[in-house]
Amino acid sequence: MDLNEFVTSFADQFDETDPEEIQAETRFHDLDEWSSLMGMSVIALAKTEYGKTITGKELRECVSVEDVFNLIASK
Amino acid sequence: MTNEELVREFPEWSVEKVAQKVGVDSRHLAADDETAGDMAEKAARKLFAEYGVSPKDIDFLMLCTQSPDYFLPSTACILQDRLGIPTSAGAFDYNLGCSGCVYGMAMAKGLISAGIARNVLLLTAETYNKYLHPQDKSNRSIFGDGAAACLISTDGFAEIGEFALGTDGSGANNLIVKTGASRQKRATGYFVEDDEGHIWYDDYLYMNGGAIFNFTLDAVPAMMKEILGKNGLEKDQIDYFVFHQANKFMLNTIRKVCVLPKDKFYINLSTTGNTVSSTVLIGLKDCMDKQAIKPGDKVMVSGFGVGLSWGGTVLSF
Repeated sequence: MDLNEFVTSFADQFDETDPEEIQAETRFHDLDEWSSLMGMSVIALAKTEYGKTITGKELRECVSVEDVFNLIASK
Repeated sequence: MTNEELVREFPEWSVEKVAQKVGVDSRHLAADDETAGDMAEKAARKLFAEYGVSPKDIDFLMLCTQSPDYFLPSTACILQDRLGIPTSAGAFDYNLGCSGCVYGMAMAKGLISAGIARNVLLLTAETYNKYLHPQDKSNRSIFGDGAAACLISTDGFAEIGEFALGTDGSGANNLIVKTGASRQKRATGYFVEDDEGHIWYDDYLYMNGGAIFNFTLDAVPAMMKEILGKNGLEKDQIDYFVFHQANKFMLNTIRKVCVLPKDKFYINLSTTGNTVSSTVLIGLKDCMDKQAIKPGDKVMVSGFGVGLSWGGTVLSF
């Protein structure tokens, strides 16, 4: 898994947020567009792109985009 | 109820976003005094009229619902009388959600193969909206009330193939209405914040979206493989896939995980929402009307959700 690729894929899940705004250290829960539906998109991303299962609870405990990357990598 | 009407109650919400993501523009709501039994009766009468079926020929009636008219008797017994089905017919309700239509097909096929019945009326009806908390915008955007009717007989236009069925009761809490039945009869008024930050009200329908989503993405690809194996078919021999219309986003993800072509994969819940056990039958009817399904086609149907429960088969048109 590559962190930069993951950050790009993560940013792709958003429709209105400028991809530039999303970096490895971004606190994604604070983004205006973040919602529980976005959470589903990230769970789907983990599953479809990496074949890994992450839970809503684990995602909620992540602070930065890199935390999500590490979570998926640890699975 | 349209998204515009819904968003009026949740001004912080974007109409377009809801519609785009879950794929629902409007959904039907049962009236306060309208039950799943009432809607099932209407669906049955439409079936009788459209296909020239006489209720006198029905010798078995089954109703799939999780919102029965009464604790007892079975709503199906009441419908036998209301629909003018002979008293010599068997009738019962069964309690399943999104997998219910496929289980109905399996049971009807069993009754017919065993020579117990010849004309089974399968009804699916659900009024989940009566179980939803007024503030539960997520589920209110997804679920629509609805009913469907189907006749399963010794002959017809679609032969029911072999089934793959499954159950995992360890996930029961992920989609549940906790109070009102025997375990906890009285409402508790209790609520707690769940893992994802949603409020879980004891007295209303609760869905752990992430858990259901992950369950589906694990169960459906495995089920698809099993259905193909049991029917001796390869994936590319299936002409059309009509899966439970949970929501557009989930269906698109399932399609990607199962590697299915877009043009063979049915997604249409824009004017109905997720009608739980009725989505597959409503979808099949829609496909037949639009000639997306034609004679000679092999169609994979599947349902998955509350229970947790899943099932699927192949219909040969």
